[in-house]
Amino acid sequence: MYSRSLLYVMLQDEEKTVEIGGGHIKGLIKPPDQLKLTEAELKEKITRVLNTQNPHAPDNIVRWTFKDRCFKPCVVDHTIHIFELEGNLVYKNSDEGRRLMLKQGEVEEAGEEDRPDSAASKTDKKEPKITNIFNSCDRATQTLHNPPREINCQTEPPPRSSFSASANQWEIYDAYVQELQKQEKNKEKQKAAPSEKDEKSQKKMMLMETQDIDLNKVSKAAKVLERMVNLNIFDEIAQDFAYYEDPADEFKFPKGTLLPLWKVKYDQAKKLSVTALCWNNKYPDLFGVGMGSYNFCKQGSGMLLFYTYKNCSFPEYIYPTSSGVLCLDIHEERTYLVAVGFYDGSVAVYNLKTEGKEPIYKSTAKTGKHTAPVWQVCWQNDDMDSNHNFYSVSSDGRVVSWTLVKNELVFTDIIRLPVIPCVSNFTACGTSMDFHKQIDYLFLVGTQEGKIYKCKTYSSKILETYDAHHMRVDTVKWNHFHPKVFISCSSDWTIKMWDYTINTPVLTFDLKEPIGDIAWSPYSSTVFAAVTTDGNVHVFDLNINKYEALCQQLVVDKKKAKLTHIAFNPIHPIIIVGDDRGNVNSFKLSPNLRKKPKVRTLTNCRLYAQNEMTCTK
Amino acid sequence: MLTRRIQGQKGVQGIIIVNSEGIPVKTTLDNSSTVQYAGLIHQLVMKARSTVRDIDPQNDLTFLRVRSKKNEIMIAPDKDYFLIVIQNPSD
Repeated sequence: MYSRSLLYVMLQDEEKTVEIGGGHIKGLIKPPDQLKLTEAELKEKITRVLNTQNPHAPDNIVRWTFKDRCFKPCVVDHTIHIFELEGNLVYKNSDEGRRLMLKQGEVEEAGEEDRPDSAASKTDKKEPKITNIFNSCDRATQTLHNPPREINCQTEPPPRSSFSASANQWEIYDAYVQELQKQEKNKEKQKAAPSEKDEKSQKKMMLMETQDIDLNKVSKAAKVLERMVNLNIFDEIAQDFAYYEDPADEFKFPKGTLLPLWKVKYDQAKKLSVTALCWNNKYPDLFGVGMGSYNFCKQGSGMLLFYTYKNCSFPEYIYPTSSGVLCLDIHEERTYLVAVGFYDGSVAVYNLKTEGKEPIYKSTAKTGKHTAPVWQVCWQNDDMDSNHNFYSVSSDGRVVSWTLVKNELVFTDIIRLPVIPCVSNFTACGTSMDFHKQIDYLFLVGTQEGKIYKCKTYSSKILETYDAHHMRVDTVKWNHFHPKVFISCSSDWTIKMWDYTINTPVLTFDLKEPIGDIAWSPYSSTVFAAVTTDGNVHVFDLNINKYEALCQQLVVDKKKAKLTHIAFNPIHPIIIVGDDRGNVNSFKLSPNLRKKPKVRTLTNCRLYAQNEMTCTK
Repeated sequence: MLTRRIQGQKGVQGIIIVNSEGIPVKTTLDNSSTVQYAGLIHQLVMKARSTVRDIDPQNDLTFLRVRSKKNEIMIAPDKDYFLIVIQNPSD
């Protein structure tokens, strides 16, 4: 509608050239079909209004509404979309703009093109998600989940006890050992049929054990402790025993000394005198002491004690006896067997391993005990049936062999000593005996009358008689090494050395005092020791000095005690000396007294043989 | 009897018998010392025994001696008990 007015306005402007086609045309050109209006009509003002209504849009569209059940006019949109182009300009300061700028910054760093399908911008995630190289698109779904609800239930906690143990190697070992023992016991039980008696006795045992708490169980530990305590107290002595060598021996050559070591005594045996001493071969610290009395008028009970020098304050084994002990001997191999001879003529065998204080065998009047005091017992080798046997000699003139057969002591008279008509009408009284060290069956018997008889065990014949002494022969001893030599001592103050092939003594020593006992040393064939009643110990070494003692030492006070016995330790260089007060003193031999014989070379042999020849003359 | 004998020896200050749990069973010392000795020595003996047996399980502790300036403590362990003796060796 406005096109006509416009054109008219434009035409009103005078002298404007109109561009028609491609050339200028001057003047007014009127189309042929133009309205011819008068000037009044031309000056009429016609108002035209512009509105935004779309002339093409319908203006009375009606729609059926179900709600009102009628037709209602609906609003018509008058907008005409002529052209639409979505832009990609984003405002800088908006969120999206900032995001894009950041992203662009990263992309520039990486040097990669930003993908047009920037899913990140679409899904609004803060972290850049690494997608796969193919086109990926996230698809998420959210499942429905039930709201959580807490349900609690409380139970009573199970009873707990804390347990701790250690598993060491030895605990494991102990467990294994116990298992083994259990298995063995089970085997034994299976083998032996269980009887009611056994169960009863077992029950009794259990009761006993629960009552006896302390003493029995700690006895072993207490014993060890006692020894330790004693060792502490007598430490110096132990050190001397082990290491001390008298340095003065170098100057005093050839004389030697005796170093006093332990002294043992037992309170309850105060009134008894030492009547026998014997070392144990297997345990060289153990020695046996027989206590009795040499007083023939007063005879009482006796004791058999065993001491070890590891514990010198108390004896290890104590056996009280009804009659005085006069002699004892410890078996060489089975050192727990001890043969004892008593004043009342009986002999007994004790077993140190058993618990009781009674001997395992004892001879009685029926089983052939002696009728007079037994002066010497000697173990011998087992007989053919491997029963142990020992010999005893007594003042009733018999030498008896006792054999331990199962539970009995079987005796066999070996020899009856001959009657000596001039001295007494009775048989000679045997007072000492010794078996040859190498020849089993050969032995010597010394008698009250001063004679020594050489005999064999398997024949009752006497091989030889030696007129040894004027008084009773207290001790005869074979030399440990030399097969022909023996020594005898007597109350007639002499010691005589013999060669059994010769009837007269080879050497005689007069000590001017009654001699109690003599003993050969186990380490040398020329060394022997003697004790006299005046309290002296004499040690001789025939290799060095044939006529005099190397050592003559007063060990006990003369007035108080008399020495009765002596014994050499088989291994250590110590001797024990017993006196009539019940004390046993031990001494260490100084080096001079311990000289062992030299190894025999040819020259030595010749010299030795020459010496022998001169001696026998 | 044995304990009396040991007590009568020279220099012995006291003797304690402790059972395997470490509780003193018999003693000649006063209560506080006994408890102290028993507790401490029990641990020592366990440690010593454990050491010995760890080295060789067939071996076992025979006795333990602790010598100090003033006295000497001797411990003899047994199967169920152990004995402690305190002695002054220089007396």
